[in-house]
Amino acid sequence: MIPGTFDYHRPATVEDAVGLLSRLGEEANILAGGHSLIPLMKTRLASPEHLVDLSGIGNLKGISVEGGDVIIGAMTTQHELINSDELARHLPIIAETSRLIADPQIRYKGTFGGNVANGDPGNDMPALMMCLGASYSVTGPDGSREIAARDFYQGAYFTSLEHGEILTAVRIPIPSPDHGYAYEKLKRKVGDYATAAAAVVITMEGGKCTSASIGLTNVSETPLWASEAASMLVGTSLDKASVDAAVAAAEAITEPASDMRGPAEYRTKMAGVMMRRALERAQSRAKG
Amino acid sequence: MNDQTKIDQDRAERTEKLQGMGCKRKRVEDVRFTQGKGSYVDDLKLPGMLFGDFVRSPHAHARIKSIDTSRAKALPGVVAVLTAADLKPLGLHYMPTLAGDVQAVLAEEKVLFQNQEVAFVIAEDRYIASDATELVDVEYEALPCIVDPFKSMDADAPILREDIQDKMEGAHGPRKHPNHIFEWTIGDKEATDAVFANADVTIKEMLVDHRTHPSPLETCQSVASFDKVKGELTLWGTFQAPHVIRTVVSLISGLPEHKIHVIAPDIGGGFGNKVGAYAGYVCSVVGSIVLGVPVKWVEDRMENLSTTSFARDYHMTTELAATKDGKIQAMRVHVLADHGAFDACADPSKWPAGFMNICTGSYDIPTAHLAVDGVYTNKASGGVAYRCSFRVTEAVFAIERAVELLADKLGMDAAELRIKNFIKPEQFPYKSALGWEYDSGDYHTAMKKAMDTIGYKELREEQAQKREAFKRGETREIMGIGISFFTEIVGAGPAKNCDILGIAMFDSAEIRIHPTGSVIARMGTKSQGQGHETTYAQIIATEIGIPADDIMIEEGNTDTAPYGLGTYGSRSTPVAGAATAVAARKIKAKAQMIAAHMLEVHEGDLEWDVDRFRVKGLPEKFKTMKEIAWAAYNAPPPNMEPGLEAVNYYEPPNMTYPFGAYFCVMDIDVDTGVAKTRRFYALDDCGTRINPMIIEGQVHGGLTEAFACAMGQEIRYDEHGNVMGASFMDFFLPTAVETPNWETDFTVTPSPHHPIGAKGVGESPHVGGVPCFSNAVNDAYAFLGAGHIQMPHDAWRLWTVGQKLGLHT
Repeated sequence: MIPGTFDYHRPATVEDAVGLLSRLGEEANILAGGHSLIPLMKTRLASPEHLVDLSGIGNLKGISVEGGDVIIGAMTTQHELINSDELARHLPIIAETSRLIADPQIRYKGTFGGNVANGDPGNDMPALMMCLGASYSVTGPDGSREIAARDFYQGAYFTSLEHGEILTAVRIPIPSPDHGYAYEKLKRKVGDYATAAAAVVITMEGGKCTSASIGLTNVSETPLWASEAASMLVGTSLDKASVDAAVAAAEAITEPASDMRGPAEYRTKMAGVMMRRALERAQSRAKG
Repeated sequence: MNDQTKIDQDRAERTEKLQGMGCKRKRVEDVRFTQGKGSYVDDLKLPGMLFGDFVRSPHAHARIKSIDTSRAKALPGVVAVLTAADLKPLGLHYMPTLAGDVQAVLAEEKVLFQNQEVAFVIAEDRYIASDATELVDVEYEALPCIVDPFKSMDADAPILREDIQDKMEGAHGPRKHPNHIFEWTIGDKEATDAVFANADVTIKEMLVDHRTHPSPLETCQSVASFDKVKGELTLWGTFQAPHVIRTVVSLISGLPEHKIHVIAPDIGGGFGNKVGAYAGYVCSVVGSIVLGVPVKWVEDRMENLSTTSFARDYHMTTELAATKDGKIQAMRVHVLADHGAFDACADPSKWPAGFMNICTGSYDIPTAHLAVDGVYTNKASGGVAYRCSFRVTEAVFAIERAVELLADKLGMDAAELRIKNFIKPEQFPYKSALGWEYDSGDYHTAMKKAMDTIGYKELREEQAQKREAFKRGETREIMGIGISFFTEIVGAGPAKNCDILGIAMFDSAEIRIHPTGSVIARMGTKSQGQGHETTYAQIIATEIGIPADDIMIEEGNTDTAPYGLGTYGSRSTPVAGAATAVAARKIKAKAQMIAAHMLEVHEGDLEWDVDRFRVKGLPEKFKTMKEIAWAAYNAPPPNMEPGLEAVNYYEPPNMTYPFGAYFCVMDIDVDTGVAKTRRFYALDDCGTRINPMIIEGQVHGGLTEAFACAMGQEIRYDEHGNVMGASFMDFFLPTAVETPNWETDFTVTPSPHHPIGAKGVGESPHVGGVPCFSNAVNDAYAFLGAGHIQMPHDAWRLWTVGQKLGLHT
């Protein structure tokens, strides 16, 4: 539980940070809230020689609305997500999910950008971002680009980010004001990663489901977007047979590891149970 | 107001001022703890102090082909690297365990469990030490390992302990196999077998009390400082038994005991984990002796969970025989005990299976037999009493699950079956079939109070309705009612049957009254959070009439405190608490003589009145204890030596037997396996109650750890002997969010042999709590025909139960 030696850098601008990362090479790691990286360093599963801390960069924080999108700065903390009026108005599922991340102390430090960018399949925000169709704004030595959340996750701790690139903000399309939503997370105790979790956003009209999107957390090497399961629900009244079929389709794409949370079979089934419960709550919240 | 009322009121006011026994005095130690001003081992900083860290084995079982420390030694800031080759010439590569075995300090030829200590790096700071551990090159040849204790004694099992391979006579008799440690039996086997052969009804079940860990928040640590000029060693450490540590250090190091100063400062929880001796202590001592500067060793969380003493891993084949109307006639238990790589369980030396023979519980079972086989496996060593008197949690789990299984088989209510078999109040002192003499008890009263308070009958009715609703498909929740009626055996112990490495298990108190009437008192025990500084002062306050706030309690410094065996097995109140009362009474007897002299009356003409001696019939003529203290030093009676102090070394005539009735109501979501504790009611009878608030706190803590153990906490190994989940990510330490609400209650049945009638309570809630939770889970699934469900009852395991029962369509 004692980390190796490292140098610490605290640039003031994104450009400086990008420059530092380029100059320092592969042995440099980005430090945001530190709640994923520092435990890895303490167990020496990660031994970066340099930490480039983003907390000195002023314009990476904050939540704003631009047209039909909500923009969240990468260094915005989980605590700030919970207390945002903008998010409460447009994307209440973000606060609901944030409240299930770790504990209040960690949420004061843990950042939204760190949660989505580091590729830990146990993090809750990535599956939610896939569910919401978010895109990530990334700045690197060759300039800026946008990456869709649904294309971002390649493997455990392996994402589309190139070395030297920094995720600066997340852009999330605002769903219809009538949408129903829920994030259901099964965990062993406060602070734990999910045994399985499901994010669901739906719209209903005249008793029929008109759109659906489903994300699954910690039941594969990457977060999952259960697009086939979701499409099976569209046009149905979310009757038992349709939900059963969609749950089966979602379970089919899971590939969880067996770990202390339970064997793979259990975690797959829990993904199904969480999805079912999230759908029930989302339906109860959907207007129309 | 008449005179008598005035007198009563005055007496009540003086009594209240004392804050003696029975009052909810606030914990004096919390003033520093809640401000972060406690002083723990890791707070200690000495000039020139170096830091140690271990190189540990990645293998569960492997031969060490070579160790190359040259790269580590070349790292700037590294001062030394110790290996077994360095310790061997000193005779310190092995150390004695409390169980009569030896344990490797640093592995010599083989490693026997994952994370075993292989080399000790000493460096100028903690970071360099840690960096250097990665530079020690150890070449291993992996060997087949034993994880399942049932395979330890197979004919073709790999021999684990080559160091004692030829020593077929162990510390507790003959060994049947090189991987066998001991066989311990008690009771009448023939008579027991005969009862079983002819019984109306029998039950038999393998009850597993799985491997877990006491996991105190503060890990194990030490600072050793050897003064080469004086030839004296000062050792600060996380020691539940500092005096025993001093003796052991003297015996193994050859340093004379008076030149060893052992100091246990504030300790952040022990729960049995800090009773034994660890490689880190020895290496810090050797490092300091060799280098002549202080050496600190502080274990990290993963090291604590994966290497220092675990608890339980008892595999108990448990049988009961009964008449068809539910009278239990006999009990037969065989235990396979997994002790890991070394037998380092911390029991009194003559008791290799602790007090497992309390397993007949609260019941009048006339005939019984118990056999325990201890075996070695490739796991960390231990087998300590985790918040319980030696193996009592295991024993109570066995009997309290077994009576439930018997009730199921008989179709009888589990509470009714218990009551039918309780030892009756008039049977105390009660001699059990397995050799104990229970000092006192009133089980029927406690059980009735508990059942009435919890509303047992109504709960069973509600459960019956919920079961019907579940069968009709109206709910996916099932309801369980857990019962546990436990009897503990604590306060080791009488010297005739309890010692540690030959040191009889007495304890001690030394009380010194200063001339102005304030007090310092020292005990041979050591608080790890139990509140000794508060409660011992309350005993003294009541006994000698000096306010508790004027009494300072000190423990843990072997130079100043009288010798004692330490704090574990709920022995502080039963043993050192008794010593405190007896020492106080010696002081009071001398004070009476002084008061008689001061008042110019005969001693027999005086009577005690809260905080003073007064002349019988002349209440206005009195001397307060404070006045007497001044006189004791400055104007004692002729021929009496001045001063007012006393020491008592207390050798208890018997153990004490606290008991309790616990009830748990649980609702389980069969689709996820998540169990929610709706209610938990704990009635404890610990005899005389010294501080009801501290008792309540102890019960809350013990129940929380019981909840953890029953519902998910475990140290698991995979088939290669890799330890799983040895961090707080996986190891279940409940937070306030998961912890149920506790309802506490009590009855009072004083111990007849204890000077103040107290019995000890710190561990009862753990002992009684574990089977109560497990019984609730088992009871929930019983109507579905689940059979016995093993702990721990975490969500995935309960879901698996539902899966096997076909509940998830």
